[in-house]
Amino acid sequence: MNDFRDAFVYLNDPFNWTRPGGILDLLVEHLTISVLAVLAAAALAVPLGILIATTGRGSGAVVVVSNVSRAIPTLALLTVFAVTPIGFGPRATTIALAVFAVPPILTNTFVGFRGVDADVREAARGMGLSRGQVIRRVDLPLALPLVMTGLRTAAVQVVATASLAALVAGGGLGQIITLGFGQQDYGQMIAGALLVALLALATEAVLVLVSWAVTPGRRRLPFPPRRRDRTPAGEPEATAVGVPS
Amino acid sequence: MAFLGARPLLDAASGSVVVAAEEAPNPWFDPSYVTANWSTIVGYAGQHVRLTIGAVLLGALIALPLALLARRTRWLSGPVLGLSTIVYTIPSLAMFAFLAPYTGPLSATTVLVGLTLYTLVILVRNFLAGLQAVPPDVREAARGMGYGPARLFLQVDLPLALPAFMAGLRIATVSTVALVTVGVITGNGGLGQLIIGGFNSNFYRAEIVTGALGCVLLALTADLLLAGAERLLTPWTRAVRA
Repeated sequence: MNDFRDAFVYLNDPFNWTRPGGILDLLVEHLTISVLAVLAAAALAVPLGILIATTGRGSGAVVVVSNVSRAIPTLALLTVFAVTPIGFGPRATTIALAVFAVPPILTNTFVGFRGVDADVREAARGMGLSRGQVIRRVDLPLALPLVMTGLRTAAVQVVATASLAALVAGGGLGQIITLGFGQQDYGQMIAGALLVALLALATEAVLVLVSWAVTPGRRRLPFPPRRRDRTPAGEPEATAVGVPS
Repeated sequence: MAFLGARPLLDAASGSVVVAAEEAPNPWFDPSYVTANWSTIVGYAGQHVRLTIGAVLLGALIALPLALLARRTRWLSGPVLGLSTIVYTIPSLAMFAFLAPYTGPLSATTVLVGLTLYTLVILVRNFLAGLQAVPPDVREAARGMGYGPARLFLQVDLPLALPAFMAGLRIATVSTVALVTVGVITGNGGLGQLIIGGFNSNFYRAEIVTGALGCVLLALTADLLLAGAERLLTPWTRAVRA
């Protein structure tokens, strides 16, 4: 427990927070990279998911993308982008993380829009709604819970993975951990770990609240107890769960 | 200076410009690197495989009793799933940093324990989902026929839950193969050592790509093997479909 005391001493020192390159600076950098990456990925993946789901073309590709992306180590992608002419640093990190945020958003958007009842869609068409109106007013509200799940999964994954950028000189809160390892300073190591873990958990919590707030209809917090009413028997909810990063 | 864009580094001693990355040929893939460093690559790949198998096996051994317990006692399944969500969310780098003071900052144990926690979390969810999907009628019928708890598990629960079990094992294995690379922070990252090693050796692309491709190949091979095992273990699913 001595190491945890050291960690709290580290975290309790205001200078560690406010100095240039301190925790606050790193936090801002970490969040900037993460937000940019998720937004860029969402801007690409949500329309693409809608397109694939509504036209029905290329749905096999979605499955392949979401399966193969699991096998690619995040560290590898971060490193590969860092050694391209982009150069190592926050820009390469953001691009790599955006690439990694695409599969969960794409898969969940696709599944969400796919799952909209065809009868509902047809009824809306029959009532005179145009194709665009159907997507905006019928499909979107019905698919929103899953789209938000995709965004949440992606965001938590990105915030978690952004800490790995420290291994390839990419910035972010992970630097506290790598520095702790470099100096064999257990207090700093645990302090960094606490910050990174809390940030990931906070991201999850905030996005759960956001998706609760934007989802129309009967509202249910996805906190436990999580009901397994919508998952088919014997099959865990594969799309909602990301991979640990 | 023609190579200004090539990230020149100023050599402090001589004051001359040392060209870092682009000036020297730095191909993305170099067969001669692979042949020249074959034994190193195989060594790291071996560590990668050992860590993966160890983490998945340990995780499965702990997850199975936990899942059985969580099914038996209803109030336990909520906390078990909630706790697993939290563990799942903790980034691997932070996990290793939490463990390092206790298991050694430079030991493979840190990586093994951390990865086991992740596989454990994935497997408990899948095992529990599989077990809960076994129809209660079937279990009751088996019990009425005089099956004891062990026989009930081995001959009724296990075959029926096997597809879910195998799905969990596949996800756990593939994501563990990817996560081993983060173990590089302790110096025990399997093929991740090549990725970071190449980055640190002046952005040596051939080494980085070899490590990355090696990881992907390992993950796909493991997934294929497990899929094959699933096919062999559940011949009845194919008979129904045919």
